[in-house]
Amino acid sequence: MSSGAAKIAVKVTDVVEVNELVKRFKFERTDGGLMPTFSGGAHTVVSMDDHGTPRLNPYSLMSSPLDRSAYTISVRRDDEGRGGSLFMHNHVKKGMDMTISNPVNLFSLDLRARKHLMIAGGIGITPFLSQIAQLDSMNGNFELHYAVRTKSLGSYVDELTAQHPNDVNVYYDDKKEAIDLENLLDGQPLGTHLYVCGPKGMIDWVRKSAQEAGWPRETVHYEEFLAPEPGKPFEVKLAVSNKVIQVGETQSLLEAIEAAGVDAPYLCRGGACGMCETEVIGYDGKFIHNDHWLEESEHNNGKKIMPCVSRFEGKTLVLDR
Amino acid sequence: MAKTEFEPSIRSRPVYGELEAKNGKAHLFIADADGAGAILDMAKSAPKDFFDKAHIIYIPKDSGDKYTDQLKALGAKQFYAGPSYEASVTRIQRVLADASNGLQIYLSGTEGLMGQAMREATNVGYPYSAIQTEHRGSKARRMQCVHCKGVTEDVITDPFECSHCGLNLFVRDHYSRRLAAFQGVCVDAEDPGNVPDKVEIT
Repeated sequence: MSSGAAKIAVKVTDVVEVNELVKRFKFERTDGGLMPTFSGGAHTVVSMDDHGTPRLNPYSLMSSPLDRSAYTISVRRDDEGRGGSLFMHNHVKKGMDMTISNPVNLFSLDLRARKHLMIAGGIGITPFLSQIAQLDSMNGNFELHYAVRTKSLGSYVDELTAQHPNDVNVYYDDKKEAIDLENLLDGQPLGTHLYVCGPKGMIDWVRKSAQEAGWPRETVHYEEFLAPEPGKPFEVKLAVSNKVIQVGETQSLLEAIEAAGVDAPYLCRGGACGMCETEVIGYDGKFIHNDHWLEESEHNNGKKIMPCVSRFEGKTLVLDR
Repeated sequence: MAKTEFEPSIRSRPVYGELEAKNGKAHLFIADADGAGAILDMAKSAPKDFFDKAHIIYIPKDSGDKYTDQLKALGAKQFYAGPSYEASVTRIQRVLADASNGLQIYLSGTEGLMGQAMREATNVGYPYSAIQTEHRGSKARRMQCVHCKGVTEDVITDPFECSHCGLNLFVRDHYSRRLAAFQGVCVDAEDPGNVPDKVEIT
């Protein structure tokens, strides 16, 4: 059995250029069946064969959870990234066969909330599109605050403001507009849950402001998929499979383990879900922990690593894998 | 009277902590009887002006006036002393309905009081795990009879007689947040009349 969520064979049935940085892709099952159910905020991991280099990138589902005929995702092109988004933009065409994973939700709505307050930055809008579709179907109470760079780069601004003129607020960076977070957090009814998806700086700002305003930790939800950071190449011994592997400069530790033919568990591949947590048997050097999963004490005690985003610098690293 | 330490039990049994001042736009305290002591102890290390944004709802029960003056002296923006939980619950509901996020909730005293006040807070969407609690005073429990569904307040012995249907009930640690009560199960169903001696709940 291979790791990760179960795979679905799909055909790309539509590719739409949303603006100069974002493309939208529609996937339908090659066997013509229905897609698995999902809830707003879920993502799928898209498998790519980038000219021999396997890439597995998570993308939030933006279509309505009520529509199981297809999944749609939006991908922002990152010219400085490792190549996943560039592959999607440059090589994925209508009619292509691809493999995606079953949906996994690490950013679900807490339906006990009396109100959902959503804060999005840029391409961070995508999980909110499926969440809003879900809330729409159940008369949910939400309010979206969406910061974009310019009007032309504001993905889905027109659709959102047309459908929800009273619940969607858009802020344009080029007009020096900014979310007045302090006032926004003040006076929200008890039982409001806060959701934030966007650049790291925005997530940190929103979480810190909510904490300072006394919002319970349980009411603050965020999603940030980390791309594995490049770094110095290093060598790892996999004790269980008895292999010594090399992790390349732009390769993640998880990818190197997979490339060596060792089946390692994963789900999100972005340091969020905790699935790939791996025991460290021995090391001589220092860890570069990049995940959101382990506690700070675990980052310091050298007993665990999240191979999807974290790296190592030093002489030896032995993992229980 | 210091905070109560309970023996570890099954997962269902609530555990209580120790009140501590947190960041907040407003602070709501709900306490009964010796629960006042938890507020007074917390106040010793609370930041200056902390109680300017506080509302204390206190039900003295059998402690009478013992704590009232000390609580008043904390200078809370609002202080209310009520004759019973039932008499205070509409006030609690109103305060929660008008509150905005950023409210911190502190409960102290008996399990029955904390459980019922917690239920009011979770009913308006406040996460139960974000509510602070500290047990003080009587270990009496609020029990629901699983047979007739009647609730008996302030149960201090195990077993006890259901105040509604009269069955002899065994006091379980199995707890319901929705009912804010522990589960009481007939102790002599197999052999009616064979009821163990009553012991005080610890």
